[in-house]
Order: sequence, then C-alpha cells, then structure tokens
Amino acid sequence: MKMFDLSVPELEKTAKRLRRHVIQMIATAGSGHPGGSLSAADIVAALYFKVMRYDPKNQRWSDRDRFVLSKGHAAPILYAALAECGYFPVEELSTLRKLGSRLQGHTDRALTPGVEMSAGSLGQGLSFGIGIALAGRLDKRDYHVYVLLGDGECEEGQVWEAAMFAPHFQMDNLTAIVDHNGIQLDGRCCDIMGIEPLADKWRAFNWHVLEIDGHDMKQILQALKEAREIKGKPTVVIARTVKGKGVSFMENNVDFHGKAPSTQETEIALKELA
Amino acid sequence: MTAYTELATREAYGRFLVELGEENKDIVVLDADLSRSTMTKYFAEKFPERFIQCGLEEQNMMGVAAGLAATGKVPFVSTFAVFAACRCFDQVRVCIAQPKLNVKIVATHGGITVGEDGASHHAIEDLALYCSLPGFNVVVPADGIETVEAIRVAAATGGPFYIRLGRPKFPSVYKDGYRFNLGKAVTMRQGKDATVIACGVMVSKTLEAANSLASHGIDCRVLNLPTLKPLDEAAIIEAATQTGAIVVAEEHLLHGGLGSRVAQVVAREKPVPMRFIGIDDVYTKSGKPDELLQKNALTAEAIEQAVKAVVAKKLK
Repeated sequence: MKMFDLSVPELEKTAKRLRRHVIQMIATAGSGHPGGSLSAADIVAALYFKVMRYDPKNQRWSDRDRFVLSKGHAAPILYAALAECGYFPVEELSTLRKLGSRLQGHTDRALTPGVEMSAGSLGQGLSFGIGIALAGRLDKRDYHVYVLLGDGECEEGQVWEAAMFAPHFQMDNLTAIVDHNGIQLDGRCCDIMGIEPLADKWRAFNWHVLEIDGHDMKQILQALKEAREIKGKPTVVIARTVKGKGVSFMENNVDFHGKAPSTQETEIALKELA
Repeated sequence: MTAYTELATREAYGRFLVELGEENKDIVVLDADLSRSTMTKYFAEKFPERFIQCGLEEQNMMGVAAGLAATGKVPFVSTFAVFAACRCFDQVRVCIAQPKLNVKIVATHGGITVGEDGASHHAIEDLALYCSLPGFNVVVPADGIETVEAIRVAAATGGPFYIRLGRPKFPSVYKDGYRFNLGKAVTMRQGKDATVIACGVMVSKTLEAANSLASHGIDCRVLNLPTLKPLDEAAIIEAATQTGAIVVAEEHLLHGGLGSRVAQVVAREKPVPMRFIGIDDVYTKSGKPDELLQKNALTAEAIEQAVKAVVAKKLK
C-alpha cells in the first residue's frame, strides 16, 4: 500500500518541512551533519511521500519497498521523513544524538523504527541493498530497493565492487541514487579526490544512468518512475544537488558538512525555510 | 549420509551444507571465487539458485549477506579465514555485528596448516578479531564430526557466527553421535594434576600429549573448548580449582585467541600457573603443514613440556 501520494507542490512543501526538522534537530543536538541532509531532502521527500509503498503500522511488512541510507551521516533527513510519515512521534526528533535516544548519530536498524540499515562507515549500503534485492527475487516479491549514496562516498572501493555486482545479476529491482552535491568533509570532491566523470563510470559498469537536477521534484519523480520500469539492469540516478540546500549560508559551504548551527544561525535558517 | 568422520573439516562442511539446504529453503550460500576450495561447490551444484557467486568482492559479499539476513534469509558466507577476518573486518563490524544479523561466516584455511601458500594465507589473527566483536559467536571445530554438529547448531541459532575450519584433514577425535553444545567445553579426558584446554587441530595433539604424560605419572585433564565465544567460564574455573594448573593450546597468535580468553577468566576467578601454546608474535613462512606446526612448537611434545612446567610450578 502507498501511504502517501502527494502532488509536486505538496512534495516541495514537505521537503521544506523536513529541512526545518533537520535544522532544529541538529541545533538541539549541538552536533551533526546538516549539509548532506539538506541536499538529499527533495529525494527523500519524493520517496517517502509519493514513490514508495510501506506501512508504519506493519514495519516488517515483507512486500514493502526499502530505502537504504548508505551515507549514514545524513540520518537526520531520514529520521525527519520517518517521523512525518508515522514511524514514531515527531516530538522524538529532538532526542537526536542524546543518551538513551532511539535516534543515533548514524543509523541503527536495531533501534529506530523504519530504519533498514545500520550505517556510518561509508561505502557499504549498495551491498546491503543488493542483499535485500536478491532476497526479494528469491522470494518472488516485487518490492523495489532504493539506496542513497553520497558522491564523496563513491571514493570507497566497496561501492565499485557492488557496482560491478548488481548489473552482473541484472538487478532491475534496485535503484542507486547519488546525492551529487560536490562537497565532502575536507573540501570540494574535485579537490579531494577526482570522482568525475561519475556518470560515465556507472555507465561503464553497465548501469542504466539518469542525470537529473536533484532539487527539481518533477525530474526526481520522472527518474524514479523510469528506474522502476527499466528491465534487465539496475538504474543509478545521479542527482546534482547543492550541499546545504535551502539555507543561504550553508549552501555550498564546506563548513556545514558536519557542524551544528549556532542559536542565531538556527533562527535565520528556520526563517529562510519558513 | 556421508561418513563425516573421515573428512577434512571443510569437506565435511561442504557436504553437510547440501543436507542443510534440503531441510531449510531459507539457507543461501555466498562465496568469493573459492567454492572449489571452501567446498561450497557441492551446494552450488545442488542449489544453483541459492548459491551466490560474489567473485573477488569479499567486502561486498559481507554487505550482501547482511542484506539477505535482514530480509529473513540464512546466509552462509565462505572464503579463506584471512579474507573473512582481515579483509572485511569493517564490513562485518558495521553491517553484521552491530545489528546482530543472522549471518554465518564459515571460513576455511584457518591457521598455519594452510601450509605452502605462506604468510599472506596463514590466518593467525582471525580469532582475535572475531572474538573482539560484541555478540559474535566464535567456534573452532576439532574434526569433521564436530564441524557438522557446529554448523547444524549455528544454522538453528539466531545471530552472527564465525566458524573456523582448516585446510588439511585433522585426526578425528569424535565418533558419530557426538552432539555439539554452543558455549560448552567437552571433557575429552579426566585428570587431576593439570588441564590442557585446546581447540581445532590442537585437540588431537593434546590427547596425544596426555597419553604420553600418563606414562610419566602425570594425570592430565583435556578440555576441548570449541566455542571461544560465548566462553564456558564454569568449565575453566572448575579446571583451575580441581587441577590447579592450566595449559592452553591453539593454532593462532598467543594474543587475542583462546589463551587470552581463558587467562582472563583464570586471573579473575582462580589464579593458577598457566602456559600457552601458540604462535609467538611472528608471521609464519611457507612449508608443509606438519613442518610448520613443528617449527612453531604446536606439537604434542611442546604441550607435554608445558604441562610439566605448570605442574612443577604448582608444586613449588
């Protein structure tokens, strides 16, 4: 069953609400990674409020679509979406990173309702997603697995092991999405480690490759629709995004990869996202 | 029914997997281009749709296994022990150990009895690494029968397992009918003067040493301790209390494996003289398995000397 089937304007509004949660959560926690959560907000909104089928009342439903967050430091955007779609109370978001909280600094599948994978060490989510997709095929279930990776994460060797594996097994029930915001912890990806031409790399590994603007909701929905329709190979959506999207002083600012906003900055950010 | 008594541990594993696969349709097997050595090839021939050839992608393989386990499958993952432990340690830690997923890692070619392939292929750190992971079950069977029984228990028990098998055939120490109990030591021989605690290939060598010691008037208890984790602390404390001296023998580095784990219990509960048989902080070289055991003092004679030393110290 589809929990939500929002229109494009509603999805855009939802993405903004998720971004506000991200800012509030990280500000309250006093630490966290706002940049990569904000860049992925539109993609995550599209998946949870339009594309995926799942049921928060039946979390282990065998036929649910799966979202695997490989870039585990973007946990806040996932928590925001899970709370908004009913996996746990929105009020719980303020417990992020606190002792005793179900909302760990990086995702923990054993603790948080709706979280599929424990992550935090980069490069591992695509492999995990492949495992879920293989199980779905063995059980003849028609669910789809979506894995969200960072672009800096594509420097990890294991990503390319998995990238070689999925087309070999013709895994058309698997879609990878690269949040291509161009920035990693130490600076711009192109300065830290050249990952371009990224789309050509995936093409060379025999993936169906789509390149989109990762903040254009229509393009996101179109790409995810096409990804589900393509048969015989997995699809990767390279989503060009802006790190820190939606908050002027965080946009393309490497400092906000992993830093909480101050009280004053939080006020400004929330105003901009109002 | 195969006669598992006559088989190398990896051969017994490979053949038994086929039996398990018949019983449990959720079992899937993953291998990284070593199925003809780990013996998962038998499962691959019988159940090709449930055999996942991962190619030389050990790190990816661990993640794929975790995803399968998270979806209700019971993945058995096999490769050589050096790769299963050292190459994929972070993948196992984050994707399998932390969420306590139901993945069974069965590594063959453990220890130095791999032989001629040399240091890169001698797994002497694997037990230390896997024992360091909270919640992991770590098992080292002594022969083909114990392998089959341990695999049977692992398949029926939830949670992550590391089971270490060998390359050559080890001398049999069990007969048909043996039942493996996870987390329990097995008294192979009663004795009152000292206890030798061993696992894997060192169990048969310990029994040999105990027979020889008997002819010298030393009555030596022998415990096979196949489960390094969770540890049978009661059996260790009982051995320390009743025999007053302990030797530990394993085909592994002296630190981090069975010896370290036993010593921690003995030190805390009942300090008695101890000696340790294992590899002493060196990387080993190519050679035949028996030559390597000899060169690294993993022998019945070395165990015998160690027992004499702890008994002398106890009596001092």
